Amino acid sequence: MELTRRDATAALAAIGATGGVALGVRRTTDAGAGDGADGAVDGAEELPDDEAVRETMAATAAAVYPEAVSGIDAFVGGFLDGRLDGSAHGEGIRAAVAELESTARSWYDAPVADLPVADRDELLRGLGTDTAEEHPHGTTAERVRYYVVNELLLALYASPTGGELVGIENPQGYAGGAESYTRGPP
Amino acid sequence: MSGAESLGNEGAAGEDVDRTPVPNADVCIVGAGPAGALVADRLAADHEVVVLDAGPRFDPADRLARQERAIRPFYGRPDVWGVGGERDAYENAGERGYPLNHARVKGVGGSTLHWQGMVMRLHEDDFNSGSERGVGTDWPIDYADLRPYYADAERELGVAGASDNPYAPPREEPHPMPAFEPSYSDSLFAEACEELGIDMHSVPNARNSEPYDDRSACVGYGTCQPVCPSGGKYDATVHVERAEGKGATVIDRASVGTLEHDEEDRVTAAVYATPDGEEHRQEADAFVVAAGGVETPRLLLLSASDRHPSGLANSSGHVGEFFMDHLFAGAGGTLDEPTRQNHVGFYTSACDQFYDEADETQAPFKLEFFNYAGPSPVEMALSGEDWGDPLLERLRDGYGNHVAMGGLVEQVPQADSRVALAEDRTDDHGNPVPRIEWTVGDRALDTIERANEIQVAILEELGAEVEWVAGPDATGPAYHHMGTTRMSDDPERGVVDADCRTHDLENCWIASSSVFPTSGAMNPTLTIAALALRVADDVDARLSGA
Ligand SMILES: Cc1cc2nc3c(=O)[nH]c(=O)nc-3n(C[C@H](O)[C@H](O)[C@H](O)COP(=O)(O)OP(=O)(O)OC[C@H]3O[C@@H](n4cnc5c(N)ncnc54)[C@H](O)[C@@H]3O)c2cc1C
Ligand code: SF4
Repeated sequence: MELTRRDATAALAAIGATGGVALGVRRTTDAGAGDGADGAVDGAEELPDDEAVRETMAATAAAVYPEAVSGIDAFVGGFLDGRLDGSAHGEGIRAAVAELESTARSWYDAPVADLPVADRDELLRGLGTDTAEEHPHGTTAERVRYYVVNELLLALYASPTGGELVGIENPQGYAGGAESYTRGPP
Repeated sequence: MSGAESLGNEGAAGEDVDRTPVPNADVCIVGAGPAGALVADRLAADHEVVVLDAGPRFDPADRLARQERAIRPFYGRPDVWGVGGERDAYENAGERGYPLNHARVKGVGGSTLHWQGMVMRLHEDDFNSGSERGVGTDWPIDYADLRPYYADAERELGVAGASDNPYAPPREEPHPMPAFEPSYSDSLFAEACEELGIDMHSVPNARNSEPYDDRSACVGYGTCQPVCPSGGKYDATVHVERAEGKGATVIDRASVGTLEHDEEDRVTAAVYATPDGEEHRQEADAFVVAAGGVETPRLLLLSASDRHPSGLANSSGHVGEFFMDHLFAGAGGTLDEPTRQNHVGFYTSACDQFYDEADETQAPFKLEFFNYAGPSPVEMALSGEDWGDPLLERLRDGYGNHVAMGGLVEQVPQADSRVALAEDRTDDHGNPVPRIEWTVGDRALDTIERANEIQVAILEELGAEVEWVAGPDATGPAYHHMGTTRMSDDPERGVVDADCRTHDLENCWIASSSVFPTSGAMNPTLTIAALALRVADDVDARLSGA
């Protein structure tokens, strides 16, 4: 199923992007506080720019999205246009992506986007993001789960196409109107 | 501002706000939930009105980030509107735990920011429980006294409803908006109910089925509880803004710690603390306490003085007693066909058929047909150890075939179910926190079982495999705090009179479900709104007459 610009816009409309003011932007050097025991490499010095964040996120999406979806790059790019808005959240994504990238480089000697999809999956599992619960200020695994894995899953499953994959064209978070609930199954 | 964790700086943003008292105020209202906001709106054009609220003014631009909090597993429900911490500390000491901070929001708009927006009128017998049902007590007012105020409240909140409910009390005019259409799952329930001779009908929603009062129609975000990003669901910021437009002053983060009075038993000032650590005194000619069903009695108890040693307005000794909530009864399961749940976050059909069977042993109760049974896929997706195709498979297995019913049951008022002050625990301003002693009697528990029997019969008729039943052991409160400053004509038996004015203090009114002598089984806020409009009339008459 093809993800469209409408999906990206819908996902953004669902969880918010305003390009607004950054309130209390968390300094990236704080991002790893309380962490360090899980082998993550500190990537704080070289934070990726927007383009690099998009590339890593899209590459990760290819691992965490079901095979049936296409159009991932444009969807993730469009979605991140709204999320990388200078807010604390946008910076949280950037910092988490930096850690994911530096782990990829130290384990595989390659950026995430150059890894086969199976290795991206292995990288995420190796970091423990599969069993981690999301936490915006937690361990590396918890932050990658919050800012990368769940960020991507939230975008997908709050969009009409993501919802349709599951059988709900008006998923929670998507302003899909007040009629769809009255209709029977297609 | 995007991102759920970017929230929480309401306070910082408001540091340079003027929170000093308003000179020459006629009316001081404590609490900016629907009760306080409606009183303020009614009085603001002709009187100098000031509203003090303990919580912040929330930025409407943050609602999507709050919605993200509602969906993401990291956040608990109280986090969505910043409830909790020292400000909202409380104690439980009753036979049942009461999750107070799931049950309220502090801030401009009050708990309607989080509410679901179901708005029914109480039934005629609910006002005469003692004489008609043989338990509880009669209200000093009747349905007929409140009837015009109910119609007024429906216009104010914007209620979508229809007149197809044969069990509803009489009404003289249609609802302001047409009812929401029944859901697809309602149509499945309808067949089963018809077989069993059970009636279904529409249900009134404080939610726009079409644009109303410059607010958008519901657009189907599906997260009504705890946040509606579109404004399609009514919340009390509507009346706060309207009151401000008429000249009222609303001061946020102004927590009232005590009410002061003089030797003539008139309240003279509300003493409140602001974030800068200052304490202020707001004087006024009339005071309306609208701080919700728990904080209202707490404030009266905190205001004890030499003249009123057991708390203000408490010569009856009943302040805090008779704490009630509605009890939840429910059941659910799965069908072998799609049921189309979780498109919207409200329900569209109900059954009031059994409500007026109530007597000494059976409480009034109502039944609800859910449109949000089972998990929401997006929430499921964020908590699991899988992604990719296995996750999609799990979502497909988990979503699609659920059905569920809910219901609310009345509890009889009991003096030993109460809100008191904690002995050695204080809040961020050093005031004793509320201690909740919640007890529920057998009539309610037996009625929950009765409701469960009907729910299970309907589900089985539908062909559902019943997977859960919330019965007497699993029941919980519906987050409706009632009864703690009960209304009575007799000053020894109640805290406020039939006009919701305190017996002990002549210029102090209470606008809240805390005045309900009995609770019925209908969600309380339409009745709160009707009483608030009636309080506004009384305050206006007395101020104008003075
Ligand atoms: C999850 C949920 C779902 C609900 N669904 C429904 C529903 O479907 N239908 C329905 O009828 N009801 C529902 N309710 C209940 C409904 O929200 C309340 O009945 C209603 O908001 C009560 O209005 P109020 O103005 O009396 O109090 P509140 O809305 O609670 O407002 C009280 C205000 O007073 C302020 N305050 C408290 N103490 C002080 C103090 N000392 N100084 C200054 N200010 C103070 C608080 O900050 C708060 O803003 C629901 C509630 C919850 C939590
Ligand atoms: S379903 Fe309607 S009322 Fe509920 S949150 Fe969405 S827009 Fe608001």
